[in-house]
Amino acid sequence: MSNIQTKTNVVIRFAGDSGDGIQLTGSQFTTAAALSGNDLATFPDFPAEIRAPAGTLAGVSGFQLHFGSTEIYSPGDLCDVLVVMNAAALKANLKQLKPGGIIIANLDGFDEKNLRLAKYAEGENPLNDKRLEDYLLHSMPITKLTRTALKDLGLSPREMDRSKNMFVLGFLYYMYNRPLEATIEDLQKKFAKKPGIAEANVRVLKAGYSFADTTEIQHGRFEVKAATMKPGTYRSIMGNQATAYGLVAASVKSKLPLFFATYPITPASEILHELSRYKNFGVITSQAEDEIAAVTSAIGASFGGSLGVTASAGPGIALKTEAIALAVMYELPLVICNVQRAGPSTGMPTKMEQGDLLQAIYGRNGEAPVAVVAASTPTDCFEVVFEACRLAVEFMTPVFFLSDGYLANGAEPWRFPKEADLGEINVRFATPDDKQNGTFLPYARDERLVRKWAVPGTPGLEHRIGGLEKEDLTGNISSDPDNHEKMVRLRQQKIDNIAKSVPAQSLDSGPESGDLLVLSWGSTYGVIKTALKQLRSEGVDVAHAHMRYLNPFPANIEELLRRYREVVVPENNAGQLVRLIRDKFLIPAIPHNKIKGQPFTVGEIKNKVWEILKES
Amino acid sequence: MSQTDTLPRQDDLPPSFTSQDLVTDQDVRWCPGCGDYSILKQVQKVLPEFGLKKEEIVFVSGIGCSSRFPYYMNTYGMHSIHGRAAAIATGLKITRPELSVWVISGDGDSLSIGGNHTIHLLRKNPDLNLLIFNNQIYGLTKGQFSPTSPQGKVTKSSPMGSVEHPFNPLALALGADASFIARSIDRDPAHLQAMIRRSHAHKGTSLLEVYQNCNVFNDGAFFTFTDRATKSDSVVVLEHGQPLLFGAERRKGIRMDGGGTPKIVDLDADGYAESDLWIHDEKDLFKASLLARFFDNPTEPGALPRPIGVFYAVERPCLEAMVHRQLTYAREKFGEGNLDKLIEGDSTWVIR
Repeated sequence: MSNIQTKTNVVIRFAGDSGDGIQLTGSQFTTAAALSGNDLATFPDFPAEIRAPAGTLAGVSGFQLHFGSTEIYSPGDLCDVLVVMNAAALKANLKQLKPGGIIIANLDGFDEKNLRLAKYAEGENPLNDKRLEDYLLHSMPITKLTRTALKDLGLSPREMDRSKNMFVLGFLYYMYNRPLEATIEDLQKKFAKKPGIAEANVRVLKAGYSFADTTEIQHGRFEVKAATMKPGTYRSIMGNQATAYGLVAASVKSKLPLFFATYPITPASEILHELSRYKNFGVITSQAEDEIAAVTSAIGASFGGSLGVTASAGPGIALKTEAIALAVMYELPLVICNVQRAGPSTGMPTKMEQGDLLQAIYGRNGEAPVAVVAASTPTDCFEVVFEACRLAVEFMTPVFFLSDGYLANGAEPWRFPKEADLGEINVRFATPDDKQNGTFLPYARDERLVRKWAVPGTPGLEHRIGGLEKEDLTGNISSDPDNHEKMVRLRQQKIDNIAKSVPAQSLDSGPESGDLLVLSWGSTYGVIKTALKQLRSEGVDVAHAHMRYLNPFPANIEELLRRYREVVVPENNAGQLVRLIRDKFLIPAIPHNKIKGQPFTVGEIKNKVWEILKES
Repeated sequence: MSQTDTLPRQDDLPPSFTSQDLVTDQDVRWCPGCGDYSILKQVQKVLPEFGLKKEEIVFVSGIGCSSRFPYYMNTYGMHSIHGRAAAIATGLKITRPELSVWVISGDGDSLSIGGNHTIHLLRKNPDLNLLIFNNQIYGLTKGQFSPTSPQGKVTKSSPMGSVEHPFNPLALALGADASFIARSIDRDPAHLQAMIRRSHAHKGTSLLEVYQNCNVFNDGAFFTFTDRATKSDSVVVLEHGQPLLFGAERRKGIRMDGGGTPKIVDLDADGYAESDLWIHDEKDLFKASLLARFFDNPTEPGALPRPIGVFYAVERPCLEAMVHRQLTYAREKFGEGNLDKLIEGDSTWVIR
C-alpha cells in the first residue's frame, strides 16, 4: 500500500491543447479541493484562439490550481505537479515546474507528429531526455487507455477522446486521496440528457483512479488536509460570476431594476452570460449592436430610473468614452465594469493587465471626473461592484469598476454573505414636492452637491438634460464663462465628496509606520500578501496597504503614506497608481512593474522588497 | 377623403395639455426661416391629441440642428451625443415601455455617425418614433455634404462636387426590415401632422423622414417638391388602397407594366382608368420597396414623382414587449428571484 504523505499546499498545472478540456479538468479538481475544505486559488491561462491548431505551442491552454491546508492568496508561482497532454504542453510549461516536481504525461501526445508540431528536433523525444531525470515522470498512454475503457460503448474515437481528461482527473484523485462521488454526481447532472456521454466520463474517471491504484505509483500519495478557515458556509466562485451576483444584489438592495447592456468581449462576456439567466430578478440584459450602443442604452435606462450598467475591456471602454462623459454631464448613475486585459488596442485579449487605471480616471475630453473602484480577488468583485452601484446611485455619477482577466476567470472559496448582511443603497428620486415656487430645478443639489434623480412619469418635473454645458440649477444651455467654471468645479467637488462616504484606507498587514510600505491595488493583492507573509516568517516585517478606492482616494491616504520612509507600488502596468501618488502628494514612490500579461510571482515581490531594503 | 384624415383620435378624453403647454421658456435658436420651426410646430400641434400625459413623453436627440428639438419641448428630454439617440432611446423604452419615446435626428446624425444604431433600431423594432429631419447638408457645422447629399453637390468640404453616392434613407430602412416607413415635407403642415399621427399610432419603430429645408446652407434642396409650380407634377401622395395619382388635375398616374416596372401614364391621353393604376398597399413589401426606389432627380425629364406618405406599415412584435414577456415567463417558471439562493448556488461546504 502506498504511504500517504501530508502536504500543506500543492500547485498543479494542467496543460494541453485548448480542445483537450484543460479548463474543465482544472475546475473539476478545484471543486473537489473546495469540497474537501481546502483553501485555494486558480489561474486559467489560455490562448486567444478558441481552437488553435492542435498540438502546436500556440494552442497550449493552461490551468493552475493552488490548494492547501493553510490560507492561500495566489495561484502560486511554480507548480508541484505538471500535467501535460502533449509535447507542446510540456515544452511550454516545463519552466513552471519546481525542481523535483512531478510530471504526468500523456504518452499518446508524444508521437512523431506531436513532437514535430511542438518543434522538437528530428528524433528527439523529451520524455527520454536526460533533462527530465530531475523530475518524477509518469507517462502513460492516456488516449489508448481511455479508448480501451470505452470500447464497448459504441462511441466514435473522437467522442471517446473527449473523455481523456477524466483519466487525468481520476489519476489525480487517487494521488491526492480525493473522493470521486461529487464529480460523478456532477457529470451525471451535466450530461443528464446524454447518458452515454455521462457513462463514458464516469468510466474513464474511475479507470484513471484504478490505474493509479494498480500501478502503485512510486512517489506515493499525498493528502492536503482541510484549511483552518473562518467558520461559515462556503462556495467556490469566479470573479465574473461574483461581479454578476454583486450587480443583482445591488439591484435587489436598491430596488432598482437592473439594465445591463454590453457588446461581447473577452474577458468580460461571462458577466453577460450570467446576468442573462436572472430574468426572474427582473434583470434586463441587452447584447447591444456595439460598445457605444451598450453604454448609451444603459444611460437611457438610467434616465428612466433603472440601474444602468455596462461592461467591457479596454478596447470597448475606449469606444464608450464619449458617452461616459455624457453621463458625467447629465449627472446620472452609470456603472462601467472594465475587466482589464493586456493592451493597447487588441493587445493580448486573454492575458491580464492593470493598464486601464489612468484611462478610467482621466480618459475623457474636458474635465470629467468619475469615481473608480477596483476589486482585489475573485470574491471581492462581489463587494466592490456592489459598492460601485451604491456610489453611482447615491452620488448620481458614473463609476468605474475595475477587474481584470486574472480575477475574472480565477476561482476561490467564498464565505458568501446573506442578503440581510449587505449594506443599504439609498436612492433619492425627485418628487412633485421638489418644485420650488412652481418650478423644478433639475440641477439643485444637496449638501454633498448631489442632485436628485427625476425620472419620466413624475408629473410636473418635465425637464431637459444634455451634453451641452448647463446653467447651474436650471440645467438650461449656458455658455456663460463664470457658469462653466462653476459647473466644472461643482462636478469635481461632488466626486471629491465621495471620499467622505468611504472607509479610511487601512493597513492589510505590517507595522503602523517604518521603513517600507507596499501599496497596491487590484488583482496583485494575493501575491503581495503571500510574499509579505513569507518575508515576515523570514524576519522582515513590511507594511502592506491595498487600495479599493482609486478615485477619489480615501481621505487619510497621504497621512498613511508619510508614515513610511519608502513606498513601493507593484503594478501590472508601466506605472499608473505610482504616478497618481507622485502627482498628488509629491511622494517619491517607487514603481515596480511587470507587463507580461502574467501576474507577479511571489518571488518577484520578495526580491523587490529585499532590493529596496538593501539600498535604504 | 383620405385615409390619414379618417384616422381616429387616439383618445376620447379631452387632452390633458395643450400645444401651448409644450412650449418651453427657451428661445428657439434655429436660423430664421429654418424648416425645423414647422416640424416643431406640427409636433406640438398634434401631440395633445394622443391622450398622453405630458410627463409620459420623452424626446431624445443626438447632435445637430434638429437635435436641439428637445430643448423646445416641455416634456422630459435628452439632448445627447452625436448619433446615439436611437440607442439611448432603446435603453429607455426597454426599461420603461409605458413611456411615449420620440427620437429626433438629422441625416448626419442618424445616417452617418449614427447609421449603425439606426439600422439596428429598425431591426429590433421597439415601439418608438424616429423622426429624421433630412436637409441633405450638415448645418450646425456650417455646410459640409451629408450622406444624403446628391453626388456632385458643391459644399465647403466638396468644392469640386461631392464624389459620394448618397443614401436613400427609406430604401435603407426597408433593408433593415423596418416595420413602418413614411415621408413628409416641412412645408406641407397638414400632411406632416397626419404623418406624425400615423407614426405615433404605429406599434413598433416608426421611421418618418421629413424633407426639411436648410435655408442657409442648402436652400431649395426640395423646392421642386414644395413649389406651387412644380409640386403637383413631382410629388405623389400615397394613400392606402388608393391609386397612385398626381399632377395638377390628378390625371397622371403610375402603372406597373407587365415586367414590374413603374411607368407614368396619362389617364386621358393613354386611355387608362384609375382602376388600371398601381393601387397603394401599405402592407405590400414588394410595392413599398419599389416606391422607396422612386428616387429620380426630379428635374430630369420623365422622372418618377417623389412619393410622400406611408410607404409601408406592418405589425411585428416589439422589442420591449418580448423582453418583458421573458421576464414574466421567468418569474412564473422559476418564481421571483431569491438573492440568498442565487448567491448560495448548488454546491456549498461548511467550515466549523
